[in-house]
Amino acid sequence: MSEHHNHGHDDHGHGHHDAHAVHYSLKDYSIGFALAVILTVIPFWLVMGNILDPSMTRFVIMGFAGVQVVVHMIYFLHMNSKSEGGWNMMALILTIVLLGIVLSGSIWVMYHMNANMMPGMGDAAAVTSHGTHDMP
Amino acid sequence: MSEINATLSAQNGGVTGADAGSRYHVREHHPEHGTMLGFWIYLMSDCLIFASLFATYAVLGRNYAGGPSGAELFNLPLVGLNTAFLLVSSITFGFAMISAQSKNLGRAQLWLAVTGILGACFLGLEMYEFVELIHEGAGPSRSSFLTAFFSLVGTHGLHVLFGIVWLVTLMFQLARHGLSVENLRRMACLSLFWHFLDVVWIFVFTFVYLMGTLP
Repeated sequence: MSEHHNHGHDDHGHGHHDAHAVHYSLKDYSIGFALAVILTVIPFWLVMGNILDPSMTRFVIMGFAGVQVVVHMIYFLHMNSKSEGGWNMMALILTIVLLGIVLSGSIWVMYHMNANMMPGMGDAAAVTSHGTHDMP
Repeated sequence: MSEINATLSAQNGGVTGADAGSRYHVREHHPEHGTMLGFWIYLMSDCLIFASLFATYAVLGRNYAGGPSGAELFNLPLVGLNTAFLLVSSITFGFAMISAQSKNLGRAQLWLAVTGILGACFLGLEMYEFVELIHEGAGPSRSSFLTAFFSLVGTHGLHVLFGIVWLVTLMFQLARHGLSVENLRRMACLSLFWHFLDVVWIFVFTFVYLMGTLP
């Protein structure tokens, strides 16, 4: 979808049609892919090889996942603050805020509910007793 | 900005404006990237669906009800292979976009086909995993951990399935209409969708499989 091509094809495209369209480049995809492979292989290696102790591993692989998401966003989803006149980024930020509320909110609420309901639950408590102290 | 100027000049033209108006087609113009922004907002809403499934998994993921745990069930080499399928399919989709950009229809179709096959491999392996689990008596009704697991991973799998259906449909449209503006826009949307699924999978393999295997 580059600017020089579409003059002939369609009568409504007048150059500006693709003014801020994404330019797909081999270089971007290659960099993204190489980084993604590295960022995927290391967490698998850490877990499968028991390299670090579990709590440390948990922390490290979370970090790797976070970095890999950013890599995918930049190199594969072509995110930047200018795409779609900034609205893309706005929608993303709004989603991240909502995501943070949904995730942290439900985990926090459920953790406390589980903990507070434990004593009076009788049989049900026995069933869930595996889980509650393992909660993140 | 340029659109507004064009509109103004067409209006100011007044008497002689008819010609200019028909030349610029300003009023009827399809918003430049309305489709892409709209599709992005759809993806963000999809993100929230996955967020609630992840939240469910975070809450229920360690309630085994005396049944098997993730550490006993998950087969990490298999998950690694599946991750590789999805990751490679991301870059092959990238090759398809690059080929489409340089107006090479044949090569774009080829890379789309490769992407579809990799997606099908991913789904096949996931189906195999699900069938194995259900066979071992670790189906979605065994414990709340497994319910949450099947909902989350199954929803992602369904997305991949629909992505493949879309991809095949798009290949037929490309074969019929070539690399038209509309088809390029459709490809750009599917590209976003496909890469987005890859992003969701990063969380799945990290939080479900890798962390589930850790003690």
